[in-house]
Amino acid sequence: MARIIAGVTSSHVPAIGAAIDNHRTNEPYWQRVFEGFERSKEWIAKVKPDVVIGVYNDHASAFSVEMIPTFALGTAAEFPIADEGWGPRPVPVVKGHPELAAHIAQSVILDEFDLTLCNKMEVDHGLTVPLNLMFGTPKQWPCKIIPLAVNVVMYPPPTGHRCFMLGRAIRKAVESYPEDLKVVIFGTGGMSHQISGQRAGLINSKFDHAFLDNLSKDPQKLMRMGHLEYMREAGAEGIEMVMWLIMRGALDDKVDEVYRFYTVPASNTAVGHIILENRRKAAKKSTAKPAGKAKKAAPKLKRAAARSKVHRVRS
Amino acid sequence: MARAKPTAEKDYDDIPGTYVFDADRSRRGYHLNMFCMSLMKAENRKAFKQNEAKYLDQFPLTPEQRGAILKRQYNRLLELGGNIYFTAKLGATDGHPFQHLAALMTGSTQQDYADMMLRGGRPVEGNRSMSGKFNRPKAKSAKAKSKPRSKGSKRRG
Repeated sequence: MARIIAGVTSSHVPAIGAAIDNHRTNEPYWQRVFEGFERSKEWIAKVKPDVVIGVYNDHASAFSVEMIPTFALGTAAEFPIADEGWGPRPVPVVKGHPELAAHIAQSVILDEFDLTLCNKMEVDHGLTVPLNLMFGTPKQWPCKIIPLAVNVVMYPPPTGHRCFMLGRAIRKAVESYPEDLKVVIFGTGGMSHQISGQRAGLINSKFDHAFLDNLSKDPQKLMRMGHLEYMREAGAEGIEMVMWLIMRGALDDKVDEVYRFYTVPASNTAVGHIILENRRKAAKKSTAKPAGKAKKAAPKLKRAAARSKVHRVRS
Repeated sequence: MARAKPTAEKDYDDIPGTYVFDADRSRRGYHLNMFCMSLMKAENRKAFKQNEAKYLDQFPLTPEQRGAILKRQYNRLLELGGNIYFTAKLGATDGHPFQHLAALMTGSTQQDYADMMLRGGRPVEGNRSMSGKFNRPKAKSAKAKSKPRSKGSKRRG
């Protein structure tokens, strides 16, 4: 059985991608941002997901104003990197998991979430920047990635409640997939930022910290937050944070917060990042094998110890 | 196109310095945004830079939209139905980093804008609402927190 074991959220600021592509990650300004993801890279290297479901938004790359799907699931085997006006980012092509994606599509649509399915879709910095932050700059991404593009560009985006419930439906879909797969779900975008109009540059760290707290412990509270509050408090483009609720909905009610990082600014944006793990341990398969039990115990302990060593970082 | 009065449906028009890209703006700004999309291709960027007015003839823009593009009035473009992710492509065609556009829209220099971001960005206080309705939305809870318990003997209702 496939299973979602953890959720990760991260901002997807394009300038972070530009800093990586132009080899500027060692500059003090960017070091402050990238250092915050060092432990996350170690974490995901240990977790080794088979599949990442990447919830992100397209920024006038794959979708223009011609068609604006609210939820677009990538069901293709491959997703080329979009040319966002400076040539495509020099990152590996995103390889999908068409079988799992088709299964999710069927399950979720029959659960009354009317997805748009994309057999051809280019992906932009919204997806690739978080992949870089978590996996670094490998020649190939180490796992399959299923993109889920959410409209947050044209108002209104889906509500936080809708996003959370979609996450729930995605979890149900994943858990009914017969193959043993470790799945990690990414929610991207945010945190507070406004990049348009006279109010551009708005940052609300107080809002961001409360959002992170609630995401971890009381997501029900966030489900009730209306769009006006997101835009007023966290900036017009801060509304991207509804996407984080898809990630949260796909996890259990009670989760362990493994790691958190927050810094201001990256270009025009507050960078927020959190890793949440489901408490249920690995797939049933491992506990069903009595011979494997003793063997499994040691790495489990190690992981618990590693987790306790991870400090919360706030700045 | 004057700024619409905030209605219940468009409650977000009460947020200062903000042009929410809704379905109305998306429709009005369709050709403007499609012009911006065309700048994703290198040959189009070149053609535009060679003769801006001629290039714009391909798109059925309103005179206001056309003028705002030629004059690089980024806030006006938002008002006329442009979306920032699209108009940013115009800025990129000019070779400007995004913060140059942000500075233009906020009426400051790029250096001042960058410094403001380093200091933690534009504060939300005083920037929530034009009507003043939401200027102190957390006042109640903040008050409750700051008051020592012993003095909070007066109960409401």
